Amino acid sequence: MTPIAALDGIEVRLGRLPVLRGVDFMVSPGEAVGVVGPNGSGKTTLLRVLATLLRPGGGSGTVLGAPLGTDQVRRVRRRIGLAGHQPALWNELTLRENLMAIARLSGLGETAADDALYRVGLTGAGGRSAGRSSHGMRRRVDLARLLLTRPRLVLLDEAAAGLDRSARLLVDAVVAEALGSGGGAVLVSHDAEHLGAAVTRVVEIEDGGMRVSGGRR
Amino acid sequence: MTEPVTTTVSAGPGAVPDSPPGSLHQLFETARRELVLEGRAGEVWGIVIPFGALALILLPLALGPDVPLLARVGPAVFWVVALLFGMLIALRQSSADPAELRDLQRLLEVDPAARLVGKALAGAVWLLGLLLVLGAATVVLYAPAIPVRWWMVPVVLMLVALGVAMAATLAGEVAAGLRSRSTLAPLLAAPLGIPVLVAAAETTDRLQVGGSILTPTLLLVMVDLILAIVIVLAAGPLEDATS
Repeated sequence: MTPIAALDGIEVRLGRLPVLRGVDFMVSPGEAVGVVGPNGSGKTTLLRVLATLLRPGGGSGTVLGAPLGTDQVRRVRRRIGLAGHQPALWNELTLRENLMAIARLSGLGETAADDALYRVGLTGAGGRSAGRSSHGMRRRVDLARLLLTRPRLVLLDEAAAGLDRSARLLVDAVVAEALGSGGGAVLVSHDAEHLGAAVTRVVEIEDGGMRVSGGRR
Repeated sequence: MTEPVTTTVSAGPGAVPDSPPGSLHQLFETARRELVLEGRAGEVWGIVIPFGALALILLPLALGPDVPLLARVGPAVFWVVALLFGMLIALRQSSADPAELRDLQRLLEVDPAARLVGKALAGAVWLLGLLLVLGAATVVLYAPAIPVRWWMVPVVLMLVALGVAMAATLAGEVAAGLRSRSTLAPLLAAPLGIPVLVAAAETTDRLQVGGSILTPTLLLVMVDLILAIVIVLAAGPLEDATS
């Protein structure tokens, strides 16, 4: 079975600072891997490598079948959904307009955007300016984007931080949707409690290297 | 937030098509969004255009009621103020996408060239607005000689707006993500905008004296074309370099 993502000895340096040191990592179809580690341990960098947004300086790997560091990754990027530390929103647009903009850039209809907005419970608040909305609302729109585009690989960075219970259930729903369609997910957090119920395996990262792996839930 | 949160797994109407929308669609989508973003941010119409007009008003107050002198220097003052304040518009804060939005657009496979040209197009629209306001203020305050072929002036203004917008978009992209963007980008953009300013000033000079404007207009068109080609060719590598 072709893995959703497989990293072998990945090295990343930011300037002279080693951030990832020989990381081996795999996500199989139907698997949601939680990555736990302290601040500055390389969790976000690992997500950026998996999102094909950061070219590793050493090692090899594939994401959705595309070898990292090659132009082939451009062809799989539309199947990757990343919700980073900061929600990706245009502040001057309303919450609904943000989703509409993404729908249009993705080649999807406006009905799909409205449906995603409904699923995250924001239909009534869709007219609010994104810049003046709470962190929780902004994060919900980020999750709505993932429900809208339905990526095969979902990458979530501290997705549940600062969210209420119903919003945390949404994180689980987004992950479950990816797993249900044969995809995979990677969730990173500094606290295992914030990973959510959908995670099937947890690994720890410390100082840019995987310390313990294989702990199944 | 009155509706229940749906947590069940459903296929939903999402799932992106295999290939992204065409570059032209992405370009106009970007331009439309940038126009809305700046319209709501209000930096251009609320700050830059009024202060540009104020700069034009201050000089006649300093020079005094010397009508022939004002008429002579009017077009030159117009172009200097237009370039300086035009750079502020072209490098407006709302056109700078933060890292998370740049990442999002890369994952959506938005063509980097379409993204940059779309931004430049939106910038050119705002710049044209500035040039029209400043032009009207110059006519009223400086009373320059109106050229016989006055209808050529809007064409020149459009070419200038496109050139300055593309130069600034390119510079903004080079400085993207840097803490010194607000300092570095104008320093990079100004040299690129100078050929546009020189050709534009020469065109209006010749229009006023009734001479041929073929050479300076061709120079403007050429500068615009070169900038457009550079943006298209550099967009991809710049996007990769700033990731």
